[in-house]
Amino acid sequence: MIPVLVIVLCTLFSIPVLTLLTSLGASSDGVWQHLVDTLLLEYISESLLLMTGVGVLVLVLGVLPAWLVTMTRFPGSRLLELALVLPLAMPAYIIAYTYTGMLDVAGPVQSLIRDTFDLSYGEYWFPPIRSLGGAITMLGLVLYPYVYLLARTAFLEQSVCVLEVSRTLGASPRRTFTRVALPLARPAIVAGLSLVLMETLADYGTVQYFGISVFTTGIFRTWFGMGSETAAAQLSMVLLLFVLTLVILEQWSRQQARYHHTSNRYSALPRARLTGWRSITALLYCGLPVLAGFIIPVVQLILWAVETWALIDTSAFFTLFFNSLKLAGLTALLGMGLALFVAYGRRLFPTRPVRSGFRILGLGYAIPGTVIAVGVLIPFAWFDNTVDGFMRDNFDIATGLLLSGTLVAVVFAYLVRFLPVALNTIDAGLGKIKTSMDDAGRSMGLRPMQILHRVHMPMLKGSLLTAALLLFVDVLKELPATLILRPFNFNTLAIRTYELANQERLAEASSSALMIVLAGILPVIILSISISRSRPGNA
Amino acid sequence: MRKLLILLVAALAAPLTGAQEVNIYSARQENLIKPILDRFTDATGIAVNLITGGADTLITRMAREGANSPADLLLTVDVGRLHRAKQQHLLSPVSSTVLDSLIPAQYRDSEGYWYAMSLRSRVIVYSQDRVDPSELSTYEALADSKWRGRICIRSSSNIYNQSLTASLISHKGISEAESWARGLVANMARPPQGGDRDQISAVVAGQCDLAVVNSYYLAGMLNSGDAQQREIASQVSLFWPNQDGRGAHINISGAGVASNAPNREEAIRLMEFLVNDESQEWYAETNGEFPVRDSVPISDTLKAWGPFKADEIALEQLGIYNADAVRLMDRAGWR
Amino acid sequence: MRDFLELKDLSVNLEGNPIVKEVSLCLAEGQIGCLLGPSGCGKTTLLRAVAGFLQPIGGEVRIANCLVSDVTAVLPVEKRQVGMVFQDHALFPHLTVRNNIAFGLDSLSRKQKDRRIGQLAELLGISTHLDTYPHKLSGGQQQRVAVARAIAPSPRILLLDEPFASLDVLLREQIAREIRQVLRHEEITTLLVSHNQHEAFAMADVIGVMREGRLVQWSTAFDLYHEPATPYVADFVGEGVLLEGRIRDDRSVETCLGTLSDGSRHGFQAGASVRVLLRPDDVVLDDDSALTAEVAERLFRGANFLYSLILDNGSRVLSLVPSHHEHPVGTRIGIRIEPDHVVVFPENQVVPD
Repeated sequence: MIPVLVIVLCTLFSIPVLTLLTSLGASSDGVWQHLVDTLLLEYISESLLLMTGVGVLVLVLGVLPAWLVTMTRFPGSRLLELALVLPLAMPAYIIAYTYTGMLDVAGPVQSLIRDTFDLSYGEYWFPPIRSLGGAITMLGLVLYPYVYLLARTAFLEQSVCVLEVSRTLGASPRRTFTRVALPLARPAIVAGLSLVLMETLADYGTVQYFGISVFTTGIFRTWFGMGSETAAAQLSMVLLLFVLTLVILEQWSRQQARYHHTSNRYSALPRARLTGWRSITALLYCGLPVLAGFIIPVVQLILWAVETWALIDTSAFFTLFFNSLKLAGLTALLGMGLALFVAYGRRLFPTRPVRSGFRILGLGYAIPGTVIAVGVLIPFAWFDNTVDGFMRDNFDIATGLLLSGTLVAVVFAYLVRFLPVALNTIDAGLGKIKTSMDDAGRSMGLRPMQILHRVHMPMLKGSLLTAALLLFVDVLKELPATLILRPFNFNTLAIRTYELANQERLAEASSSALMIVLAGILPVIILSISISRSRPGNA
Repeated sequence: MRKLLILLVAALAAPLTGAQEVNIYSARQENLIKPILDRFTDATGIAVNLITGGADTLITRMAREGANSPADLLLTVDVGRLHRAKQQHLLSPVSSTVLDSLIPAQYRDSEGYWYAMSLRSRVIVYSQDRVDPSELSTYEALADSKWRGRICIRSSSNIYNQSLTASLISHKGISEAESWARGLVANMARPPQGGDRDQISAVVAGQCDLAVVNSYYLAGMLNSGDAQQREIASQVSLFWPNQDGRGAHINISGAGVASNAPNREEAIRLMEFLVNDESQEWYAETNGEFPVRDSVPISDTLKAWGPFKADEIALEQLGIYNADAVRLMDRAGWR
Repeated sequence: MRDFLELKDLSVNLEGNPIVKEVSLCLAEGQIGCLLGPSGCGKTTLLRAVAGFLQPIGGEVRIANCLVSDVTAVLPVEKRQVGMVFQDHALFPHLTVRNNIAFGLDSLSRKQKDRRIGQLAELLGISTHLDTYPHKLSGGQQQRVAVARAIAPSPRILLLDEPFASLDVLLREQIAREIRQVLRHEEITTLLVSHNQHEAFAMADVIGVMREGRLVQWSTAFDLYHEPATPYVADFVGEGVLLEGRIRDDRSVETCLGTLSDGSRHGFQAGASVRVLLRPDDVVLDDDSALTAEVAERLFRGANFLYSLILDNGSRVLSLVPSHHEHPVGTRIGIRIEPDHVVVFPENQVVPD
C-alpha cells in the first residue's frame, strides 16, 4: 500500500517535466527556428558566463572563510561563523533592487560623486550595476553561503589526525591546507557549487531587472511575449539539459564524499590563534561578504522603509503579510508530512521502484520555478476542462475550474520544487536512527505505530522542525511560479516587492522586502548553529 | 443627477440579482486602477475581483482556463494584446450604444471586441541643456548617426516599443523598419534597462541626451509627491514626433469582455462606467493620460505640451504586426 | 651507542592539568622503545610532546643531541623529521597508496621516489596495492601503508600511537613482528605507546611503565617481568602474588614457604617486614613435596593450567602447571618454590587493586 502511494506521488510530481517533454516533437510555427537564428546562442552564452562568474565568486567568498572560522581564532571569528550564513535569508532579486537603488546612475552614491567632484556623467568611471557583472555580483553575494556551509561541514568533520600526519611528513600548515584539507573537502565544495549554479539558472527576478538575456527571461518572453507555448517548452528543455549536467555533477561528488570520510575518532579541532596583520586580514576577508551581502542591503532597506512609512496602506500590507504566511505555512506543513511519509516509505520498503521514486522526487529543486509553473498550468487546465466537459455532457453540471487558478496549483508547484529540501533533511534525520533501534523496540513488544511515536518522533523533532522552517522560507521568497499561478485577489510579499520595483518605486518596495528578509533570518541561523554542533563527539 | 440614477438602479437591481461581482484580469497595475474600481463598486454595489499581471501572462491563463475561465473583463495597457486576445477567441463582441457613441471609431475594434478607455502617446523627451528641439523631427530620424550613444530607450520585451515598431512596419514596411531598428540600437547610450521613468532619470543624469517614453510617465513625474522626481522632470522637455507627417504614435489602455464571461452584464457596465465623465477626468487628472473622449478636458500638465497631431492608423495594425515587430527587434539586436 | 632521543624531566600540561610529570628516558639510535600503561596515564600526551604538537611546561626533549622542545620554544612539527603513525592510520583517502607514501618525498627526484616506494612496498608486503585507494584495503594493509608512509622520508624518530589497537587480535602479534623487522632493517629509532603488554613485548627493546604521568620503570621486557621496580609494575606486567616475609640476612628472606634467596643483595635491613613477589612460574608442581596447598580455582590456558592455590596459613599463591597435570578444584597438590629472581618490596608500598 505505502509503496504504491509513494510511486503515485512520484508520478504526480513528475507531471510538470513530463508535460514539457511532450513539447519536444511539436511544431511551434517557426518560433523555435527564429530563436535558433537570433537569441538561442545569446541565451546559452549569457547563461554560461553568468554561471562561470557566480561560480568563481562563491568559491572565493565561501571556501577560505569556512576554513578560517573553523580552524583559527581571531577577534570576531565566533560571531562571523554564524553571520557568514546570513545572506542566505536575502533573496537575490531583493538585493538586486537594493543595490540598484544605491548605485545606479541616478542613485545617491553616484550623485554624491558627481556633486563632490563636480563631474558629470561620462567624466568618471563607475561600475554599471545593471549589467552581467552586476548580476554576477548580486547572485554571488547571496548564494555563497551554500558553498560556505558545505565547506564548513567538511572541515568540521575532518579528522585531526590526517592534518597532523601531514605536518609530520614535512608539510607546513599552508601546504597541509592545499594538499590535504582542501582536496578532502572538494566533494562537499563541488556539491555546494552545483547547488549555487542550479539556483543561478533558476533565478528570474534579478536577471529580468538587469535586462540580462538568459533562459528564464527567454522562456518568459517566448511563452508570453511571443505567445508560443511550444517554443517556450522547448527552451525549457534546453535549460533542463544544463540543469541535468549540474545534478549529475552534484550526485557524483556526494558519492565521492563518502569515500573521503577519514576517521571515526574525533578529538577537538585545534584552533590556531591569529595575531597582528593576519588577524586583521582574516577579519576583513570574512567580514566583507557579510557586510556586502547582508548588512548594507538591510540597512538601506530599513532606511527606505522608515522614509516611506507613511505611504504604507496598513490593512493592505497585513493582507499581503497573512497571504504570504498562509501559503508558506500550508506548504511547510504539507511538505513536512509528505516528506515524512516518503522517507518512511523508503525506510520500510526499500524496493527498487520506491527508491527510484524517492530519487526522482528529490530532483525537483533543480527545476526552475518558471519551468515548473509552465508545466503545472498546462495539465491542470487540461484536467479542469476535461472534468468540466465530462460533467457537462453527462450530468449537465458545470464544475468550472477546480484546480487552476486556485491555491492548489500554487502549492503544488511549490511542493514540486521544494519537497526535496524537506526530504533530504528528514531523510538525514531518519538515517541517524539505526534500524537496530526499531528491532529493539519490536523485541520489546511495540507495534510499528508505537515505534514511530515513542522512538522515532522524539529523535526526529529537530529534523522536522528544520524541514518545516526551510520550506517556509523558500516559499516566502519564491517569485516566478507565484507570478504565473496565483489566484484572484491574492498577492504575496514577494510579488508586491517585484511589482513595486518594476514600477521604479524601490523605496516603497522596502517594507515588504524587509519582511521577507526578516522571516528568513531565523531558520538560517538555526541551520548554522545546528551544523556547527554537528561535529560527532561534540553533540 | 446621473449618479443618483445609477444608484437607484443599482439599489433596485441588487436584491434581484443577488450579490453581484465582476472579475477583472488587469494588466494595469493595481494602484493605477484600483481607485476607479472602488468608485465603481461604491456607485453600483458590484464587487470587483481583481487579478493583475503581465498582459501576456493573463491572456495565456485565460486561454488555458478555456470555457471555465472566471475572467469577465480583460484590461490592457496597449492595443497589441487586445488584438491578440481577440485572435485567440478570448473576447466576445459587445454592442453598447453608450460605448459606441462615446468612443471615436479609430479607438475601438470595428466589431466591438475591444474599446479604448484612455490614450497615451510615445514621445521624445530631451535634455533642455544638451538638445535643441530643432534637431528633432521624426521617429525615423532617431536612427541617424548624429545621435550615436545619445539615446535611452527601454527593452524590446516591452509592449510599448513593440507597438511603436509595429506602427513603423505598417507605415514603412519590414526592411525599412528593420534598418531603423538597427540604427536605433547603434545609437543607444546603454543596453536597455529599467522602465520609462529610468530612461528620463538617465537623461537628467547625463547618461544620454534623449529618451523615448510614454507621455503619462512624464506627466506623473511632473506631478509627483516626491520632490526629487519633480526636479528631474523639470529638466527635460517633451517633443511631439512626426508632426509634419503622420503624427505621433498613439496607443491605448483598453478593455474587452471575455468570451466566456460569467458576469457579462456587469462587465459591460464597468466598461461604460470607465468612459463616463468622472472616470475620464480621473484618467486625465490622476494618471496623466489623454481621455478617449474629446469632450473631456485634459489636465494642465498635458495642456502645457501643446496640441499635437496623432497618428490615425487603425490600431488593429499594431496588433497585426506585433509578432513581426518582435522578431524584427530580435534580429536587430534590440535587447 | 649514543643517546638519540633524550627526555629530561619532561612535564606537559593539558588545559592546565598536569598530565606528564617529570619524565626522563633515553633511546639509543636504532632502538625501539615502548611506553606501557593504562588509558589516561599520559603516554599519548608524552608522544605528542615528542612530536612537537605540545609544548612542555618543564624539562626538555632532545633529538640527536639537539634541543627541540623546552619551556621557551618548540621546533615546529614539520621541521623535526619525526614520523608518526596513528591508531586509525589516518591515510589520505583522496590519494592512492603510492601517493600516500610519496607525500613526504617532495625533495626526491621522480626516479628516487619510485625506488624508495618500491623498496618500502616490498619490505611491508604491499607491492600489489600501490595503485589502490585506502578505502579498499583491509585494516592490516592500511596499517602497513601508514608505516611505509611514515618511514619513507627516513625520519630521525618514528612515533607510533597505539598502532595495533584497531586490528584483529590474531593479526596484532604477527604485524608487530613484521614491522619490528622492518624497523630494525631501516635502523629507525622508534617510540611507541600501548596499553597491551604483549604488543610491547613483541615490538620493543626497552619498555617503560607509566602511571599517572610518571615513568615508573624503564628497562627491558625481561627485567620488567623478573625485576619489577614497584608492586605496580609487578602487577601490570605479568601475574603474581605478594607474600609476607621477613628479612633474614642481606641475601635471603624468610617466608611461610621457606627461605628464599637468589644470591643477590636486596638491600634491606635484617628483621625488616617485606613483601616478596611470587610469579606463577616460580611455583612448581612437585608431587613429592611435603609442602601442599589446596586448589581453589583453576584457569585452562591451553598449554598450561593457572592454579590459584591456598596455603595452610591462608595465603594464596599462583602456579603455572603444564596442562596434562589435571587437578580438580578442592584437591591438594604438592608444590616447590623455584624463584630465579627474588623480588622484595617494602611492606608499606601500596599494591594497586
